[in-house]
Amino acid sequence: MTTTANRPEVSLRTGGRGLVDRVGRVRELGIVAALAVLFGITGAVNPEFLSLDSLRDILLNSAIIATLAVGQTLVVITRNVDLSVSSVVGLSAFGGALILADQPGVPIAVVVAGCVLLGALCGALNGLLVGAAGVPALVATLGTLYAFRGIDYAWAGGRQVNAADMPESFLSLGSGSLLGIPLLVLAAVVVLLAVGWMLRNLRSGRELYAIGSNPAAAVLAGIPVRKRVITAFVASGALAGLAGAMWAARFGTVDAAAATGKELDVIAAVVVGGVAIFGGSGTVYGAALGALLLTGISSALAVLRVDALAQTAINGALIIAAIVLDRLLALRVAAALRRRRYRDAR
Amino acid sequence: MADTPPVLALRGVSKSFGAVRALREVSLELAAGEAHALAGENGAGKSTLVKILSGVHRPDAGQILLDGEPVEFHGPADAQAAGVAVIYQEPTLFPDLSVAENIFMGSQPRGTLGRIDRRAMRAQAVALFDRLGVPLDPDRPARGLSIADQQLVEIAKALSRAARVLIMDEPTAALSGNEVARLFGVARSLREQGCAILFISHRLDEIFDLCRRVTTLRDGGYVASDLISAITPDDLVRRMVGRDLDALFPKQDAAFGEVALQVRRLTREGVFTDVSFEVRRGEIVALAGLVGAGRSEVARAVFGVDRWDAGSVEVAGRRLKPGSPSAAMDLGLALVPEDRRQQGLVMELSIERNIALAGLGEVRRGPLISRVAERVRAADWAQRLQLKHRSLSDAVDVLSGGNQQKVVLAKWLARKPAVLIVDEPTRGIDVGTKAEVHRLLSELAVGGIAVLMISSELPEVLGMADRVLVMHEGRLVAEIPREDATEETVMAAATGRPAGGGA
Ligand SMILES: Nc1ncnc2c1ncn2[C@@H]1O[C@H](COP(=O)(O)OP(=O)(O)OP(=O)(O)O)[C@@H](O)[C@H]1O
Ligand SMILES: [Mg+2]
Repeated sequence: MTTTANRPEVSLRTGGRGLVDRVGRVRELGIVAALAVLFGITGAVNPEFLSLDSLRDILLNSAIIATLAVGQTLVVITRNVDLSVSSVVGLSAFGGALILADQPGVPIAVVVAGCVLLGALCGALNGLLVGAAGVPALVATLGTLYAFRGIDYAWAGGRQVNAADMPESFLSLGSGSLLGIPLLVLAAVVVLLAVGWMLRNLRSGRELYAIGSNPAAAVLAGIPVRKRVITAFVASGALAGLAGAMWAARFGTVDAAAATGKELDVIAAVVVGGVAIFGGSGTVYGAALGALLLTGISSALAVLRVDALAQTAINGALIIAAIVLDRLLALRVAAALRRRRYRDAR
Repeated sequence: MADTPPVLALRGVSKSFGAVRALREVSLELAAGEAHALAGENGAGKSTLVKILSGVHRPDAGQILLDGEPVEFHGPADAQAAGVAVIYQEPTLFPDLSVAENIFMGSQPRGTLGRIDRRAMRAQAVALFDRLGVPLDPDRPARGLSIADQQLVEIAKALSRAARVLIMDEPTAALSGNEVARLFGVARSLREQGCAILFISHRLDEIFDLCRRVTTLRDGGYVASDLISAITPDDLVRRMVGRDLDALFPKQDAAFGEVALQVRRLTREGVFTDVSFEVRRGEIVALAGLVGAGRSEVARAVFGVDRWDAGSVEVAGRRLKPGSPSAAMDLGLALVPEDRRQQGLVMELSIERNIALAGLGEVRRGPLISRVAERVRAADWAQRLQLKHRSLSDAVDVLSGGNQQKVVLAKWLARKPAVLIVDEPTRGIDVGTKAEVHRLLSELAVGGIAVLMISSELPEVLGMADRVLVMHEGRLVAEIPREDATEETVMAAATGRPAGGGA
């Protein structure tokens, strides 16, 4: 995108093809289109869906999944996967809630930082298993998915922390808003922008793409592959830790089973968001939009009063439809680019 | 001269992979401002030596000397830091990233906050391509680049590092005369600026053209290091092979039969336009042209890998279904693709299984694959092509580049096709075996097979072809019979200069 802006003479000469170029380079537009369709149709059936309150709710509901999807993207780009995120969220949410309930003296900032640190430690374990010990990510993080959850259960011993046990100031982080935008959404957006900037503009960010795109070539290029992979897992873990704190603030009531099964939602969001599951391409913006689309679909189905039993199936069908739509669009654009490049060459 | 130590040197270096002794006590000295060639047959250990200099492999014994001081490279990053830039034999690009990012990965120009300066990166990429004289778009993704373009990107990548030592492992294997001349121009100016160059090629004329010194390896052992001015190409071949070689192009004349492959007005939008030609049984037709002229693309479309938008293809009078390689194979068409690693081989599978792949029907006993039939077939072809290998059950991954090419050839030749399309059949194959491949192709033609050969190597085209078709920017621009085919006529057509007038 920036390159087009930098070359006025080129964009002048080629005026008419800007759109094709843009869609070709910005895969995320496909999801934006899907979102527009979803909101258009649902809003037409039930205008209530487009009300400010409803929109804010959808944003709030997607904030945690979006944060996790950002972390997951970092890992998936390197041709790995982190299945353990939901257990890290559970562990961090329960740990944070427990400290807040039992040690009212500890400042909230310290608790949140502790949650992030706990997540980072979990991520470091994943990273060492994958990056240093060479265990395939699918196997390693499937193992830690159960292990972390097990620790969580053992720690909780059946105990549940209730909203009433936690300081009001902490809970207000989950419900409060700034200029009408929920704080949790702001947190997710800050994370998104920061990680997005780093992935696009830092050498280390580009190296993550290189590793996923061709691992053998990354070694030959002198990229510290092991270090980068470990860092990606640590970042994913840290963000899962943060998401745990967000979870505790939003729901108030936390037990050891918190966030169970969410890893699949996160991975679905990442894939719908156009991040290649075999690494090398995709952006965190796409993944966050994917999270928004998935949350939007669930909300829409509820608003449209679709039978609760059918919802899961329809949800799945819509996800597949979104991916197919995106894929078709990409193919179309690739063909258009091929013809154009050839015309330019002569 | 005598007191400045060589920039980079190997002293008594050995390296084994399991039971394979890839290098045995090899020494080599690269001096500043000198181009040094490394010669040897397929599997002689050239690429292994490169990978030791670049920090990929650690030597089992011996030393690496940098400016006369022993150093240890713990990985490619160390060698890069020491000023060693490498073009590996197999391209090592990141398909999802843009060409410019591929060139500058790890050394991107940066601004404030460590932010990558994309504008500068793009400008530098454009400058590099200008210097090499190639019209590549730095913004396009590396995915889908032809082998030659990939090699050009690799060259640009190595040049961007402003290295003290430039190592090039068969950089010209897929390039045609024009690009090679450009590359040599750039290499010479680097040499004048004091860069040490190590150059590997199986095209001897290139070695004699560019280099001052040549070191020869045979079976992993050091044979000799000579001044180019002191030896002849025949001497060099003798050092490589250990004996004299006979004539290089033993083309036999064959009787032409009926038309086996008929291509009419074939067009794939944006790639090639209105291509018509025919190949008769017993005939070898060469498809010549510059890199990017659309030759491989025509071959891929004819075989059905890519679809075409207009036109028709007939094999022995039967129309081919577009976009279906299996239909093409049923009619007796075979394609040896240019990109052996991506399209030609299953790198993890064994040599024998790879050779059997294209003809599973012939090694089948009922629903099962007969390992014995598979092995017999593989052993036969391994011998005919002088495959250098330890065991036929080894994965093709561990073979040297030229030996991988032999496996691809064996895979398709073993099928006994009616029409054989070969895309750069001898890419990376050493002089001795090249003659063997040419003899095989010639024999096949005599046996009534129609052969369409794409080649960037002019001597190969002139030596083998009964007829030369020349492509330029996606169009067929000339058809030259064997009698009239010379370096001048073919190059004139390939570069788009008006044909006829000059000849
Ligand atoms: N990773 C590996 N594992 C096992 N054997 C290997 C490996 N790499 C190379 N070899 C073997 O070492 C020998 C030398 O290979 P090398 O690639 O250095 O040959 P080369 O001289 O570059 O040949 P070519 O001209 O075909 O490229 C070959 O016999 C090859 O099979
Ligand atoms: Mg080699």
